[in-house]
Amino acid sequence: MKIRSTASAVAITAALALVVSACGGGGSAKKTGGSGAEAPASQYNAGVTQVVNPSDKTGGTLHMGMPGDFDSVDPGDQYYGYAWNFSRLYTRALTMFKPVPGKEGLELVGDLAEGLGKASDGGKTWTYTLRKGIKFEDGTPVTSKDVKYAVARSLDKEILPSGPTYFNDWLDNGDYTGPYKMKDKLDSWKGIDTPDDQTVVFHLKKAYGGFDYFAMLPSTAPVPAAKDTGTKYKEHPVATGPYMFKAHELGKRIELVKNPNWDAATDPNRKQLNDSVEVLLGQNEDDLDQRLLSGKIDVKINSTGVGANARKTVLTDDKVKQYADSAPLDRTWFTNLNADVPPLDNVHCRKAVLYAADRSAIQGAYGGPDAGGEVALSLMPSKMTGYEKNDLYGVEANPGGDVNKAKEELKACGQPNGFSTTISFRVERAAEKQTAESLQQSLGRVGIKLEVKGFPQGDYFKLYAGKPDFAKKNGLGLMVYGWGADYPEGFGFFQQIVDSRVIRAAGNTNLGVKDPEIDKLVDQAAAEQDATKRNSIWASVDKKVMDDAFILPYVWAHGLFYRPPTLKNAFISQNFGMYEFLTLSTQ
Amino acid sequence: MLLFVVSIATFAIFFLVPRLAGMSADDLASRYVGKAANDQMIHEAAIRLGFNDPLVVQYGRFVKGIFVGVDRNYGPGIEHCPAPCLGYSYVTQNPVLPDLLDRLPITLSLALGAAVVWVVFGVSTGVLSALRRGSFFDRLSMGVALAGVSLPIFFTGIVSLAIFRDQLGLVGDVADWVPFSEDPLTWANNLILPWVTLAFLYAAGYARLTRAGMLETMSEDYIRTARAKGLPERMVVVKHGLRATLTPVMTMFGLDLGLLLGGAVLTESTFSLPGIGKYAVDAINNNDLPQVMGVTLTAAVFIILANLIVDLLYAVVDPRVRLT
Amino acid sequence: MSESPFLDVKDLKIHFSTDDGVVKSVDGLSFSLERGKTLGIVGESGSGKSVTSLGILGLHRGKSANVSGEIWLDGEDLVTASQEHVRRLRGRKMAMIFQDPLSSMHPFYSVGDQIIEAYRIHHKVSKSVARKHAIDMLGRVGIPEPKRRVDSYPHEFSGGMRQRAMIAMALSCDPELLIADEPTTALDVTVQAQILDLMRDLQREFNSALIIITHDLGVVAELSNDILVMYAGKCIEYGSAEDIFYRPEHPYTWGLLGSMPRLDREPTERLLPVKGTPPSLINVPSGCAFHPRCPYSDQTDGQSKAEIPALINTDPGHLVRCHLSRTQRRTLWENEVKPVLETQ
Ligand SMILES: Nc1ncnc2c1ncn2[C@@H]1O[C@H](COP(=O)(O)OP(=O)(O)OP(=O)(O)O)[C@@H](O)[C@H]1O
Ligand code: SF4
Ligand SMILES: [Mg+2]
Repeated sequence: MKIRSTASAVAITAALALVVSACGGGGSAKKTGGSGAEAPASQYNAGVTQVVNPSDKTGGTLHMGMPGDFDSVDPGDQYYGYAWNFSRLYTRALTMFKPVPGKEGLELVGDLAEGLGKASDGGKTWTYTLRKGIKFEDGTPVTSKDVKYAVARSLDKEILPSGPTYFNDWLDNGDYTGPYKMKDKLDSWKGIDTPDDQTVVFHLKKAYGGFDYFAMLPSTAPVPAAKDTGTKYKEHPVATGPYMFKAHELGKRIELVKNPNWDAATDPNRKQLNDSVEVLLGQNEDDLDQRLLSGKIDVKINSTGVGANARKTVLTDDKVKQYADSAPLDRTWFTNLNADVPPLDNVHCRKAVLYAADRSAIQGAYGGPDAGGEVALSLMPSKMTGYEKNDLYGVEANPGGDVNKAKEELKACGQPNGFSTTISFRVERAAEKQTAESLQQSLGRVGIKLEVKGFPQGDYFKLYAGKPDFAKKNGLGLMVYGWGADYPEGFGFFQQIVDSRVIRAAGNTNLGVKDPEIDKLVDQAAAEQDATKRNSIWASVDKKVMDDAFILPYVWAHGLFYRPPTLKNAFISQNFGMYEFLTLSTQ
Repeated sequence: MLLFVVSIATFAIFFLVPRLAGMSADDLASRYVGKAANDQMIHEAAIRLGFNDPLVVQYGRFVKGIFVGVDRNYGPGIEHCPAPCLGYSYVTQNPVLPDLLDRLPITLSLALGAAVVWVVFGVSTGVLSALRRGSFFDRLSMGVALAGVSLPIFFTGIVSLAIFRDQLGLVGDVADWVPFSEDPLTWANNLILPWVTLAFLYAAGYARLTRAGMLETMSEDYIRTARAKGLPERMVVVKHGLRATLTPVMTMFGLDLGLLLGGAVLTESTFSLPGIGKYAVDAINNNDLPQVMGVTLTAAVFIILANLIVDLLYAVVDPRVRLT
Repeated sequence: MSESPFLDVKDLKIHFSTDDGVVKSVDGLSFSLERGKTLGIVGESGSGKSVTSLGILGLHRGKSANVSGEIWLDGEDLVTASQEHVRRLRGRKMAMIFQDPLSSMHPFYSVGDQIIEAYRIHHKVSKSVARKHAIDMLGRVGIPEPKRRVDSYPHEFSGGMRQRAMIAMALSCDPELLIADEPTTALDVTVQAQILDLMRDLQREFNSALIIITHDLGVVAELSNDILVMYAGKCIEYGSAEDIFYRPEHPYTWGLLGSMPRLDREPTERLLPVKGTPPSLINVPSGCAFHPRCPYSDQTDGQSKAEIPALINTDPGHLVRCHLSRTQRRTLWENEVKPVLETQ
């Protein structure tokens, strides 16, 4: 008996050793992949500022892989950045971000439209002129009616629930609820006018200066009414871009091929380098990363780049790291300070928290500078249009916190020995848990004691942190949170998290920033038509939020992305915070 | 009957548990709207999905779909989903049954292929181990078998991918699913790794079961009789020994295969195979009741079928249980 | 008798090495048997009868069994012959009928299939020919409607029929040596008699050498020419049936005779039962293995305990293994044992 068990123990050990050495072998073989002491073939972060591997060669298939699935590939029913990025391969909205690296990529240009919109009526009316000669994949010319129909259908959130609601909220819709519920009443809709086949006129309820950003939304991409199949349109959205759907096996695979009716002459921003584009959906993330690193997949579709396991390989192995880019996202990780919970109703107590917090420790929790992001000086991510530096709490000099200043503020608040409160976070998120614990430590330095409490992320906003009653009753003084913009402009970032008028009974995105002055600034910025002026208003919103100390920002998020050496024309889109899909090719 | 119980249980778990946790119909519905939805939209979604109706009514609708079919508004018009209709996904709004049928060949290929591998390897290893009890082969294979049952598939899966696909380049890219009818060679090449990995997990159990069964059978009197007749040893082992050992193996096989056909959850996720198992994971992650119902019912059907077949096989193998 | 006997077993030893020690199941057994003759091997449970018979068929396999001595069958020594050669002889030249026909037949195959299989291993014939033969054999052993019963499964047969089927299977290749290991133990008394009659008839018909193994002297009384009494792996008395029944000289044989069940006697009223339990085969008692249970061991001046008695000729062809002197044995039998056995 004894002999037997010893023998099997040996057998197991041997088997394990085999497995382990195999893993080790995997790593070392990768290292020896590039030969010896050659100069690096590429530079870490090269793709953040320039086009890597520029090439005009055509042919081949671009292999894309995705851990999950798109919310939808129907341009009228999508909300994720990667979905918007992807849908431009086969559709054309009125405007688009310039597909170029660097800051220039934040500029809007005309796409389906010849140029940007012309505002009139003090910013309540916006007019776009379509380019001539644009056709659908079947050769039918695109007209303004198709744009009108596309926007109209996107209003119906029952059939197409996933997209943003900007057009529902801002257009002068009256009682109109979309072409599905109100058949044949498109003409009665006041939201959009089509005086001729080339002109689209938007009518807003109130002035909005940044409407060109709305015109960039994929829901303005034309949809031929005759080919609209509602919820099933995603099976084959009709193309106007350089590629069109050849196959869409729902949840499994998408295959795009060249659209023969796309004409480069009508489209200065796109090329048609690939013969086809294939997307594998629902891939195991670890395995997908593995295939990306080995070059079998050309690009991974998601918002944060390589997964946690592959990140280690990428950051520790210089041979791999040279092909990676740490891309700034339109996202800030922060904690809300709840003025409903005393003594945080006192601005000095809130400021004490902002001074005491150790932001560099939290940066570590989110993955460090490469994969997590930079230490945030204020709420607004620095990469966004109109960002102005604003470091009220001296974070740049003291990322670990300023204990003396914090103590002064506590004195001013009448709590010289500190106070106790609760901090909430989403249990499923390890980084948020570490953040709460890190704050518990750094705030403890000045006597602020935190009780750490996790809540399920699915109900975090509906039942817990996002429900003011609950937060108040349970004394949630600090609530760990984070927010990303729909598009890199003040309105898309701030409106949902600092405007006190969006606060409802439950399910909030603004977890307690309540300042009438901020609300006023938001309105001003929205209506301002001059981009420079508008941007400076958003900068002052950023300042005001920091001054009010309603929010403790700590990390401006980055994603760590990988581009295989064989990938051509790769660069990070400043707008999407990931590789620009439009230019990618493999030859 | 079993199907009925399974469907009611799934339904009840889906609705009662969140209710008990204090969620309203709107709270439930908020999972199935876009990220910009306001209260009004959520409320409308709750109505559209019928969350405000009593549970019995909702269940009735589901049953009606199966026997009569249902109509739904897809936007430009009304569409009839003919019986048996498993309804539409709350999340993707795709009809569930076609989705399942679409994924079935993948799960079938995976499960049946793996079954062949594990039965062949498991049973033959078990037989050899039993015949050479105490030998080096016996100890080694039983040790490996122990590793097989205890190592999780996402571990063995990723490791085997790293070795056989990335390092040695021996097999194709699993994720490129190719139907058998299109290209049997690529089909097999792409599936060989999942088969082996999955089979490794099961073969271990079968080897142990077969070994134990063989040890018992080979000491039976009728084995002695077979030898006394002058049968060659190979025939004694295969025809007389193995046949009697197969009965418990078959029972286990029926259960295992039935469960697997309901979705090889971990394997499909690990190897990115878009089969029923992967579908089930997504369905559960998304709280997508119609999909969950579809998957559970499929699994139940397969479990029932597999058991039925095992019962029939039983009668073929063992004359003592034959119906008189 | 210038030629050597058909079956000649010389100093057969079958030892098993186990975790607890060496089991000397058969320890120096010698006997011989001619065609057409019957040998009865008698002994209580665990005395090594089955091990002996399996040893002759070469069915002790594996490293733990250690077989030595000589087994001459029709001029060849089976102990030194190759396994494969012995396998070919099994079933054809020598066959065996087992104790428990239910567990000895494969439950999943029909009776016919099992006979057909036995036949076809040794005869290159078609299935249908073998089937005819099987039906024929079933008929010969007295199974009614053999054409129909050939497709029945063992569990569908009664105990007696199963044993008949076993016999049919064993005889299917016309073996020259047939070993029946307790062929009737599992059967009730009337069926026992039928089966024994059948075996006698068949033996005459086939003219085979027959070994009947039993723990019950009554079974072999009428059938056997010679009887061998075994105790703890050794032969303790060997002689003609007359010798054993009318002139037995070993105290153990006397005990066996006393415990013989008879149709006219209740089994409970056995007169001279053998008291005590069979000895361990690992730590065999010193001297005469029977001494702890023997009522006469005190009459040998302590020899019984100290020395293993030799197997000696007491009469031509009658061998006994006991320290008592010939006179002592005969006196005891005539004066003490026989009278008790006869006062029924
Ligand atoms: N393979 C084996 N390994 C070890 N010991 C064995 C083996 N086979 C038989 N024995 C032992 O040998 C002894 C004799 O067994 P055997 O079967 O010959 O007895 P028997 O005389 O046939 O008894 P019964 O009347 O119960 O059939 C028993 O003690 C048994 O335990
Ligand atoms: S030798 Fe002694 S013990 Fe053995 S049988 Fe003879 S008298 Fe009894
Ligand atoms: Mg026996």
